[in-house]
Amino acid sequence: MRWRLVIPVVVVLMLIVLLGYGLTRRPDVLPSALIDKPAPQFDLPTLASDRERIRTADLKGKVTLVNVWASWCVACRAEHALITEISRRTGVPVVGLNYKDTKEGALRWLGRYGNPFAVVAFDRSGEVGIDWGVAAVPETFVVDRQGTIRYKVVGAITRDEMNDTLVPTLERLKASGS
Amino acid sequence: MIPEIGHFALILALGLATIQTVVPLYGFARSRTDCLAVAAPAAIGQFAMLGIAFAALAFAFYGNDFSVAYVAANSNTHLPWFYRIAAVWGAHEGSLLLWMTLLSCWSLAVAAASRTLPREVASCVLAVMGAVSVGFLLFTLFTSNPFTRQFPPPAEGRDLNPLLQDPGLVIHPPMLYMGYVGFCVAFAFAITALLTGRVDSAWTRWTRPWTTAAWVFLTIGVTLGSWWAYNELGWGGWWFWDPVENASFMPWLVGTALIHSLAVTEKRGIFKSWTVLLAISAFALSLLGTFLVRSGVLISVHAFATDPARGVYILAFFAIVIGGSLLLYAIRAPQFEAGTEPVAALSREGLLLLNNIFLVVAAAGVLLGTLYPILADSLGMGRISVGPPYFNKVFIPLTAPLVLLMGAAAVMAWKRTRAEVLRSRLWVPLLIAIGLGVAMPLLTVGAGALAAIAGCVLGCWAIATALEDVVRRCRGRRIMLPRNVLGMALAHVGVGVFVIGISLVSGFGGEHDVRLAPGESASMAGYDFTFLGTRHVEGPNFVAEVGDFVVRKDGEQIAELYPSKRRYNASGQTMTESGIDVGFWRDLYVSLGEPLSGDAWSVRIYHRPFIRWIWGGAFLSAFGGLLALSDKRYRRRARAGKAVASDRPRKTAYA
Repeated sequence: MRWRLVIPVVVVLMLIVLLGYGLTRRPDVLPSALIDKPAPQFDLPTLASDRERIRTADLKGKVTLVNVWASWCVACRAEHALITEISRRTGVPVVGLNYKDTKEGALRWLGRYGNPFAVVAFDRSGEVGIDWGVAAVPETFVVDRQGTIRYKVVGAITRDEMNDTLVPTLERLKASGS
Repeated sequence: MIPEIGHFALILALGLATIQTVVPLYGFARSRTDCLAVAAPAAIGQFAMLGIAFAALAFAFYGNDFSVAYVAANSNTHLPWFYRIAAVWGAHEGSLLLWMTLLSCWSLAVAAASRTLPREVASCVLAVMGAVSVGFLLFTLFTSNPFTRQFPPPAEGRDLNPLLQDPGLVIHPPMLYMGYVGFCVAFAFAITALLTGRVDSAWTRWTRPWTTAAWVFLTIGVTLGSWWAYNELGWGGWWFWDPVENASFMPWLVGTALIHSLAVTEKRGIFKSWTVLLAISAFALSLLGTFLVRSGVLISVHAFATDPARGVYILAFFAIVIGGSLLLYAIRAPQFEAGTEPVAALSREGLLLLNNIFLVVAAAGVLLGTLYPILADSLGMGRISVGPPYFNKVFIPLTAPLVLLMGAAAVMAWKRTRAEVLRSRLWVPLLIAIGLGVAMPLLTVGAGALAAIAGCVLGCWAIATALEDVVRRCRGRRIMLPRNVLGMALAHVGVGVFVIGISLVSGFGGEHDVRLAPGESASMAGYDFTFLGTRHVEGPNFVAEVGDFVVRKDGEQIAELYPSKRRYNASGQTMTESGIDVGFWRDLYVSLGEPLSGDAWSVRIYHRPFIRWIWGGAFLSAFGGLLALSDKRYRRRARAGKAVASDRPRKTAYA
C-alpha cells in the first residue's frame, strides 16, 4: 500500500467529519444568545434618506419585526411575500435591516418586488449586523414593546413557520401588553 | 390500493436489489458461474418493481389522490395534468424515487449489454449498482416513503411549488438525475476493476460509452437547469453559483476529466489508477450533491424544509460507499502503477493530463466555495455565504487556459509532437480566431469590453482548431470520419460557442430599471420598449397581471412581449414570468416588478446578446457526445473486447 494512495481516503474522511459537524449546527434549532436580551444598540441612516436616522429607541413602544435582508440574497426573495403577508395579517410594522448592500441594489430590489417595510435601516458596512449576531441573511427578529428580542428565525421564513410560530408569537406579544 | 401496490413494489425492489448485490459477489469470490448469472435477472426484476412503484405514484398524482401525504403536499386539482405528473419529482420523496428508478434503468441497460461483457465483469458491475440501490431503497423506505397515507385526506392539495411550474421542470430533473446516476455505472466499473485487478484497454472500452452517456445526460440536465433559471427567476442571469447548481456542476467537471483520462488510458495504457480514482470521484460528487441538496446542511440558509435524520443517513451512506471504495482503491490501486512511462509535455496525453489537472482543480475550487460556509463555521469564523465574486475569481482563470489547451490538444499527436508541426498547423486557426473573435463583437454588439473580446477570440480558437483537425483528417479520405472523431470535434466546437456566448453576454449585456406608465417607452441598445398597459388574466391555478410591451428598432416593430406577474391561488405565492424575445444574436427580456402609483409599473429591461449561444454550445457538446456514442467501435465491443484484452496500447489509424 502506497501512502500517496491513502490521500483520497483521508480527504473524504475530513469531508465527512466536516459535513457531520455541519449537520449538528442547525442554526434554526440552536437558541440565539440574543433571545430575551435587549436589542443591540444601533443608529443608522435609513435607506430612503441619509438625513433620516433610525435608532434602537425607535423600536420601543410597539411590537416590531426586524428583518435582515440584502438584494444579493436569494433566500430573501423567497421569503419576501411572507414578510408582506405577516405584516398585513398582524399589523406589526416590519423594520428592514439592509445588510452589506449597495443603495442602488437595495432600492432596485424594493422597486421590483415591493416594499413590505415600514422603514429600512441601511447597514452598508454590516457592523450593526455583527452586533445583532447576523450569521447568514435573511434573519428575522421579533422585538417586543420594551425593545427585547423575543424570537429569532435564521434563514428564510417558511409558510409553516409563519403560521405555527411567527404569527402566534406576534399576536401574543401584541395582546399581552407587556 | 394503488399506493399500497407502489409501496409493496418498493419493498420487493429492495429484496431484489439485495439479491443482485449479495449473490453475484458471493459467486465472484467463489468463482461460481451460477451465482454470477443471478445478477442480470435480478436487475431486470428490480427495474420492473421500481417501474411499478413509479407508475403507482404518478397515477396517484394523476388521480389527485390526496390521501397520499406526498401528493397532497405537492399537487392540486387545478394543476394541469403534465405538471401533476412532473410533480412526482417536485420534492424530496419523489426525487428519490426518480433517482432509484433511473438507477434501475441504467442497471437494465448494463444487464442488456452484459452479453458483450465477460460474465464476471458484468455481474460484478451489476452487484455494485445493486448495492447503491439497496442504500437508496432503505433510505426511501425508512425516512422518505412517498406512499405514506394521511387520514383524513384533505379536500385540496397544497399545490406544486410555483417556481417549479415550468416546462423546464418536466425534463430538467430526469436529465440531471440520469447524469448523476449514470456515473454510478462508471463507478461500478471502477470497483470491478479494483476487484478483478484489471484495467486494460478492454476495460476502458467498456467504461467509455457509459461514461459518455452519463456525461451527455448531465450536460443536458445542467444546461436545462440554467435555461430554467433564466426563464423563471426573472433576473436575466443564467448561472447563480447556488449550492444546488454547484452540486450538479462538480460531477460534470470531474466527469469531463474522466472522459479525457479514459481516452488516455485506452490509447496509451497509462493514468490507470488516476482514471479509476476519477470514476470513483465523479460518483462521490454525485452522491455529495444529493447529500447537500437533501440534508439541509447548506440549504438551511436557503429555505428548504429538511429533516436531520435524512442528512445523517445520507452522510453515513456516503461514508460507507465512498470511504469504502477509496479504501479499496488505496489497497488495490498500486498494481496498476507498474511499468508507467514518463509523459512528454508536447504530446496529446501531456495536454490531457494538464486538462485533468485544471478540471479537477476547478471542481475542487467549486467544492471549497460550496462548503466554505460550513468550514468557516466549524473554525469559529462565523457564518458566511460565498457568492459569485469568489467563483468568478477562481473559475475563470482556471477555465480560460483549459480552452486554450483544448485547441492545442486537437492537433497534438499521442506520445510526442514536434514543435514545428504544432507551429505549422496552429497558425491558421490562430489567425482565424483572432480575426473572427475581434470582428464578431464589432459587427454585432460594438466595441468596448476588452475581456469579452478576448473571451470571444478564445471561443473562436476552440472552434477553429476543432474544425482544422476535421478538415485535415478529411483531406484525401473517401470515407466519412469515424463518428467518435466527429463527436469530439463537435463537443469542442460546442465549448467554443459556449465561451463566445458567456463572454459577449457578460461583456455587452445591459439592464435597465425603469418606471413605466402606459404609453411610455424606455430604450436600450437601440431598442425602444413601449409599455401599453396591463391586463388581468386567469390561468388554471393562478391569476396574473400581464403587461403588454411592444419593441421597436428604428421605428419598426420587431416584437411583442408579455411579461406577467402570477399569483398562485393555493399557495398565494407570486411569481414573475418574464417576456422574452428569443433571437440568435440577442434576447430581449422584460420582467415586471411591482405596480407603482397609478397604472405605472417598475419594469426591468435586459439586452442579452449571444445568450442563446451559451445553451446552444452546451447542447452542441452534448450532441457531440451522442455522436461519439453512436460510433461503431462501441457496438463491436464483444469481439474487439476479446481481441485486445491484453494490456498493450492499441494503435489505430485515427489515434
